[in-house]
This record gives sequence, C-alpha cells and structure tokens, in this order.
Amino acid sequence: MSVKDKVCVVTGGSRGIGLEICRRLVADGAKVALIGTREETAQNAVKELGATADQVKGYALNVADGTAVGEVFTQILSDFGQVDVLVNNAGITRDTLMMRMKEEDWDLVMAVNLKGAFNCTKAVMRPMMKLRKGRIINISSVVGLTGNAGQANYAASKAGLIGFTKSSAKELSSRNITVNAVAPGYIATEMTDAVSDAAREAFLSNIPLGRAGEAKEVAAMIAFLASDESAYITGQTFNVDGGLVMQ
Amino acid sequence: MSSTADKVIEVICEKLSVTADQCLPEAKFIDDLGADSLDTVELVMELEEQFNVTIPDEVSENILTVGDAIKFVEENA
Repeated sequence: MSVKDKVCVVTGGSRGIGLEICRRLVADGAKVALIGTREETAQNAVKELGATADQVKGYALNVADGTAVGEVFTQILSDFGQVDVLVNNAGITRDTLMMRMKEEDWDLVMAVNLKGAFNCTKAVMRPMMKLRKGRIINISSVVGLTGNAGQANYAASKAGLIGFTKSSAKELSSRNITVNAVAPGYIATEMTDAVSDAAREAFLSNIPLGRAGEAKEVAAMIAFLASDESAYITGQTFNVDGGLVMQ
Repeated sequence: MSSTADKVIEVICEKLSVTADQCLPEAKFIDDLGADSLDTVELVMELEEQFNVTIPDEVSENILTVGDAIKFVEENA
C-alpha cells in the first residue's frame, strides 16, 4: 500500500485530523503540501513533521477564497510539479442551536467546509485530468449522515460534501480520478475537546467500540484511499466511527 | 486556410489526440473525433487561453464542430 513519492495536498493540515493525515502520508514516503489558515501555524506543523523541505512544504490559505486558492495551488504545482492526491480536510464549527444561530454562523461554516472543498477540487481538476489519474478525498463527518442538534450548519456542510463527492466522482471517473469521502465519528481533537462534558458522555455511550477514535485511525483510511490499491473505489463514503453509524 | 484556423486545428489535435487531416470543418468533436463531454469543456478552455477570448457557456454549447471553433475564434479573437 504505497503513496511513496505521490504529491498530496492536505487542507487544514496544521492540527487535528489534518496534521495526523500529513504525519501518516509523510511516514509512508509521500510528498506533502500542508495547507493551514495562518502562515505561522502551517510552518510550525511542517517543523513538527520533521521532514526535509523537499518532502513537506507549508502554505497559508483561506480555502473559502477562490482567488487565493488558485494562486496557492499554482504555487504548489510549481513547487512539486504535479498533484496526485487532494485531501479536503479544512473544516470549522460554529455550534449553537438553530434558534440562536446567526446567518454569519451558517455562511462561514458553509464557505470553509463546503465551498472550500469545491475551490480546491476545481484547482486540481485540470492538472489531474492531464495526468489521467488522481485521488480526491473529502473529509465529511458522521453528523452529515445523522444530523446533530446544535450543528445544523456543520452537519449540512458535511452532508453537502457527500453529494459533492458523488457528483465529482461521476464527472471525473472517465479520467481515472477517484473521489471518496471519509466520515469520522467522535475523534479526540481540539475540535471535539470544545464539546461540553455532557454531550461528550452522551456521544461516547452510543459508540459500540466504547471509546473515542484517534486521529491516526482516520489517517490510516486516508492513506489507503490515497494509494494505488484503492483504484476501483469511487463515490463512496467511509465511516471511521467505532460503529456509531452502521449503514 | 487562415493561420488562425491552423492554430485552432493545432489545439484540437493536441487536446483530442487526432491528426490535422481528421479536422475537417464539418467534423464533430463528439461524434467524429472521439471526444467526450469533458474533452469539449477542456477544448473550449484551451481555446480561451490560447486566443485570449472568453467563450460564454451558451456559445460554447453551439461549438460542436471544427468549423464552429474556427469561426468563433476568427470572429472574436
């Protein structure tokens, strides 16, 4: 199962699941373009990975900004020569019950989580079509399948990513580009640390495997989907959730 | 044939992996030159770049043959 020397772009790579994905891809010998919101956090994450400058480079980018996405991906293509794998992982939450949710809360989450994936996918489409191969992996969430009180915006964006995954899989299949989604369940990260204790306990008690997941357990699925071995899989959503949602 | 036409045909040959003698004016991209819908989108985008023109969607829908492409570029580039 190899991603050796493949050029992988990971958005939201400076922390949480994204950083773990970068760590795994680097360990497997991939070249990684790590995208973070801020220059400083992106460069710190690159340092933490401890790889050579040839193998990992950091970029600051707001994925919701289509023009900026175009510029940064042009830079990535010039730095690495091509893009083999795109992991649309950047995501934010603005949790609150809908009664209190502001229009800005909705718009911001949609812009980063859903439009960000669209912007980045558009940026790699043509280079991947030219290569006649590619892997695009969208990080969704089990709440995109189940819904979650207090996360109307986040759940809608993550459900949207699944429809987006299926549509892009169909559009790009003739060019040997596969597009899949991964839906993590309750994974221990800074994002889930922000959840209240009561909500966390309620969540954990519903997980058949009886524990929170680790980010590296999600990264293992990404490493597989990024590899040549996943060639016959496209348009699918894979839950990495300890059995929380069984379809 | 104009030099613009030659250049358009060059782009078509490269994008669709066909030869210049297949690029008759009436040759249809999809039916005659083996293109699929993505190829035609790529071709239109390539023509836009090469000739520095903008081809609106409603116009590009009607560029179906080699002759259509040459005519559009000659009239708009």
